[in-house]
Amino acid sequence: MNWMRFKWFYFLLSAVVLVPGIVSMVLFGLQPAIDFTGGSLLELRTESPLDIKEAEQIMVDQGFEISSIQPSGENQILIRLQPIEKEGAEQIKTVITEKFNQEPEEIRFETVGPTLGKELIKKTIWAIILAAGFILAYVAWRFKDTKFGVCAILAMFHDTFILLGTFSILGHFFGVEVDTLFVTAVLTILSFSVHDTVVVYDRIRESQKLLPKTSFEDLVNKAVTETLSRSVNNSMTIIFMLIALLLLGGATIKWFVFALLIGTIAGTYSSTFTAAPLLVVWDKLAKRKK
Amino acid sequence: MKNRRYLLWLIIILTILAVFIDFPSELPLKFEVRGFKVSQKISRPKLNFQIGNLRFFRDLEVKLGIDLAGGSHLVFQADMGEIGTEDRDSALEAAKENIDRRINLFGLAESLVQTSKLGENYRLIVELPGITDVNQAVDLIGQTAQLDFRELSAEATIAAALDDYLRTDLTGKDLNKTQVQFDPNTGEPTVGLEFNDEGARKFGQITSRNVGKPVAIFLDEFPITQPLVREEITTGNAVISGEFTTNEAKLLATQLNAGALPVPIKVVEQRNIGATLGSESVKKSVQGGLIGLVMVILFMAAYYGWLGVLADAGLIIYGLITLMLYKLIPVTLTLPGIAGFVLSVGMAVDANILIFERMKEEVRDGKSRQLAMELGFGRAWDSIRDANVCTLITCFILFNPFSWSFLNTSGMVRGFALTLGLGVLLSLFTGVVVTRTILRTFSGKEVKK
Repeated sequence: MNWMRFKWFYFLLSAVVLVPGIVSMVLFGLQPAIDFTGGSLLELRTESPLDIKEAEQIMVDQGFEISSIQPSGENQILIRLQPIEKEGAEQIKTVITEKFNQEPEEIRFETVGPTLGKELIKKTIWAIILAAGFILAYVAWRFKDTKFGVCAILAMFHDTFILLGTFSILGHFFGVEVDTLFVTAVLTILSFSVHDTVVVYDRIRESQKLLPKTSFEDLVNKAVTETLSRSVNNSMTIIFMLIALLLLGGATIKWFVFALLIGTIAGTYSSTFTAAPLLVVWDKLAKRKK
Repeated sequence: MKNRRYLLWLIIILTILAVFIDFPSELPLKFEVRGFKVSQKISRPKLNFQIGNLRFFRDLEVKLGIDLAGGSHLVFQADMGEIGTEDRDSALEAAKENIDRRINLFGLAESLVQTSKLGENYRLIVELPGITDVNQAVDLIGQTAQLDFRELSAEATIAAALDDYLRTDLTGKDLNKTQVQFDPNTGEPTVGLEFNDEGARKFGQITSRNVGKPVAIFLDEFPITQPLVREEITTGNAVISGEFTTNEAKLLATQLNAGALPVPIKVVEQRNIGATLGSESVKKSVQGGLIGLVMVILFMAAYYGWLGVLADAGLIIYGLITLMLYKLIPVTLTLPGIAGFVLSVGMAVDANILIFERMKEEVRDGKSRQLAMELGFGRAWDSIRDANVCTLITCFILFNPFSWSFLNTSGMVRGFALTLGLGVLLSLFTGVVVTRTILRTFSGKEVKK
């Protein structure tokens, strides 16, 4: 099949998803969770144990941003939430009194620093750039051609920006925050993206050896045809896992699983419809120069 | 052929070992067979032995992080009596940095350290997973930082080891404070040290003895920097310059401050807390994950037939061995860690799918099953190797095994890299060696018919 005939359509499709995300990143950025910003810590004691889920719900209904609620003893809960003033703490105690018919006793009310420093994010970004450099070098060496390395890394950043952009939009319009788990999701998707791309590239490399006279575009078409069922099958197994987690898993990891899902779909798409066409475009440009 | 048999035995033994270790440490057995009642507990011994000076103890329990299982919540009160008001924030930050570093050295991965202020009370909140050795951890964290300056012994050569550094009488007590400065000429970040009178005198003596030689600064017995002495310094103000980035200079200044502004801390509270993710949420997620796994197994069997079933067997062996490693190393399992694990399961399945798709192609070309199988493994290997090497590169850099300061040394990202890296290495083993051996063993019989 001549997949590469429609390469500009694939790029257009990527752009349709990428551009709004990047615009949103520039305009609104990401919504950092309390993990990054620090906030307040409130600990309450009640006479009988509270249903933590219900307690969280009524606080969220009042407009509080809850980072975590942990049981911290027999009848105690430890709440980490957005920075609040004394009045906020009073308001929480009032709604809990109304809901559970018992007045909570305030054990602690403090201002706390972030659990994750900005430093960590900066260093992780450096690590990603360093890793990208090494992967580029490795792929270029293994495939004896720089364009494979560069295009694999471009596809990797394509997926990363789709993920970041989606969460920037979700953050601005629905208040979805990025927390520690989101950082992990991004790292996972980076690894998956490169893994998937290399498999497609391997087919091109192999056909290059077997059919030296075939044009590069035809080789890519052949490789895409041959790897598509494997790509889809493999991603389906991951997507099965994620959808099961999204539908059945706990609420606390919902956005984490969602991030992985977006990333997996983007990663699968990009290895066939971004990484491969990029090679063809590169090859054409290089030939034209000659 | 003989080799193959050894491999098969190796796999069988590994699997049995893994099942043994993965088993819960105590398993109550209660059942009835024809009126014959069995009721007893099967318990597995713990690993505890000593080779030379190396003591090896593993209780073989899965360690769960704070997010999944809760742990200990410790509150330390910092005594700011000796610290000037304007330096208190940086002293607290230095104490936090110091605790972070000690926790990582102690191997208490996946911990949380947070500063906390309540009026004039400066506090540090530390959460540790699990509840083992809390007292030991408290002792370790609660120590005040020890900073001291060391010089090379007279006999030391240029290739001096850390052991060649000798203590001097100059310690953190003699240091007023340190801060990041910028070189007025080059604009590069440097770290400025300000000694008190006593310190200025001692530092002057040390620098006069060591012009042209390095002087090392140790924090808690670990060297943090070894600047070269250019000239004798008697003014009590020294500058460490080098190819710092602003962040590196900041980190060094913070570390030095931990010694210069030593804040005694004491535990004011210590108790157990529940999981941040909520036990119900964790339970649901585990269920969801299991259902997902079953779906993957069914999918493989449905799509690839008997090949898929054999690959599933390989996948189950993979799961068992991974869990064994988690218990042996031990790995503290957190949600990010589990994400790394799930991804590596995906990659293990992928190795099999790659091989099977190749085999199908070879069969379509009219080759015998046996030949198709061998060719399939051979052809798929290139792509499996290259794809996994790329993932391993990422894991290596994220794990940062040499603790380079410009990369992160935090528990969370490291935990993820460790589980993903282990998973990829193992999936290479199970996806290629185990599945191949199983396939050869079973398909061999088929051909003999």
